[in-house]
Amino acid sequence: MMTPPLSAAIVFALLLLAPLALAGLALVNAGLGRSRSAAQSLLGSLAIMAAAFIAFAGVGACFAGPDGALSFNLAGKSWNWLGTAPVLLLHLARSPIESQLGVLFECLAAALVSIIPWGAGADRLRLAAGWAIAALMGALGFPVLAHWVWGAGWIGQLGANFGLGAGFLDPAGGATVHVLGGAGALAVVWIAGPRRGKFPKEGLATAMPAHNATFVLAGCMIAVVGWLAFNCAGALLWLHADLNGLVITALNTLLAAAGALGATLVVTWIRFGKPDASLCANGWLAGLVTSSASAALIPPAAALFTGVVMGIATPLLVEFLELALSIDDPAGAISVHFAGGLWGVFVAGVFAPQKGQLLAQLAGMAAVVGVFLPTVYFAFKLLDRFIPLRVDPDGERIGMDLHELGGGAYPEFVIHRDESYR
Amino acid sequence: MKYAGLLVMPTGFFLAVAALVLFPDPGRRGAFVVCGLLVEALGVAVAVRGHMLDAREARR
Repeated sequence: MMTPPLSAAIVFALLLLAPLALAGLALVNAGLGRSRSAAQSLLGSLAIMAAAFIAFAGVGACFAGPDGALSFNLAGKSWNWLGTAPVLLLHLARSPIESQLGVLFECLAAALVSIIPWGAGADRLRLAAGWAIAALMGALGFPVLAHWVWGAGWIGQLGANFGLGAGFLDPAGGATVHVLGGAGALAVVWIAGPRRGKFPKEGLATAMPAHNATFVLAGCMIAVVGWLAFNCAGALLWLHADLNGLVITALNTLLAAAGALGATLVVTWIRFGKPDASLCANGWLAGLVTSSASAALIPPAAALFTGVVMGIATPLLVEFLELALSIDDPAGAISVHFAGGLWGVFVAGVFAPQKGQLLAQLAGMAAVVGVFLPTVYFAFKLLDRFIPLRVDPDGERIGMDLHELGGGAYPEFVIHRDESYR
Repeated sequence: MKYAGLLVMPTGFFLAVAALVLFPDPGRRGAFVVCGLLVEALGVAVAVRGHMLDAREARR
């Protein structure tokens, strides 16, 4: 194990790179949407980050940390379920450096959770609604789960209390960030409904292709740096990994993404005759999401295998959700984050050396999906009554840029008829 | 129907927690945790079915 000051310095340096994951996702979301919503999408991502940072620092951090935890006793075990640290980070300056770095990690992760539903609601989710969702996730949803997993909460203590391996392991947020964000994406899509003209009265779903593949693919390249930072920082912070572990974590992150991209490339090539850029980007991101839970825990060959499986599944899932289940998710957030996160958490249990680790991972998955998906849905449904998630039909017709910002992202573009309105 | 599916999901969670508390042996514990996950999957399936019916209704 490294000496604490060196370890802390490395974690701090890594966390300074972690916002690149947010920047990458913001670019991917903007590129996958339509040209008339591009500026609103990118400004929304920035506003969401701001709201999540403020909400987490102001309120969320007091629930997320291990300090002053609320717990109850059941069956002779202590069930630690909520932190009660002072609000507005008043205690932070006196905390040890590890705790401070944990708060910084979680603050960035809160923004990542909040930005995922924004991509799913592209082209119809209002800026105010995105802001409110980020505030809700940053202040309440994410901090509770973060406490359960990273703040000495009951899921993280499954090993000590019930002999299940080392407890639920999720070093960079496969479930804590991505499954929760994916649940938020599903809730947004269900509440806001599909884009106008996406599912016409007759015939198949209308294709609404990404307006800027360059944004999407460049976003993927930027995101990988952020993911490397998140995964390595998570391994150091939550698993206390040593330097060897760090290098393998980074390699596993790259292998999972590479395996996923290669598999998606082949699948789309076979299915459509040519590789599909948007789906390949989704595959790459799904591989990265898979690595969030597993990269620090599994061997490199397993990371490659995990990525390949996710790369095969992602384009099929995106198509299945759209065509069979009438779910309009322009960014593929549900397939990438919800499914990818769950797969990563499961794989971490399968390949972990500790006895009982798989059961700990399954129990953690049951907690995250069974509690947070319904809670997030009902919270967003309630929010929708006060701040409508969806823009009015006229606003959707003219585009989110003109409607919400008063100007487009590409003012020199020639406006043409919209073929999607049938 | 969507609400019914979503309300079934916490049941799966409580089943998984009950398995941890009630069964000390790993076999039964594992089986009940998996059952909890299956109940959650059933809840998601019912909610998705509800969404599809709503979507079909909206298209008319």
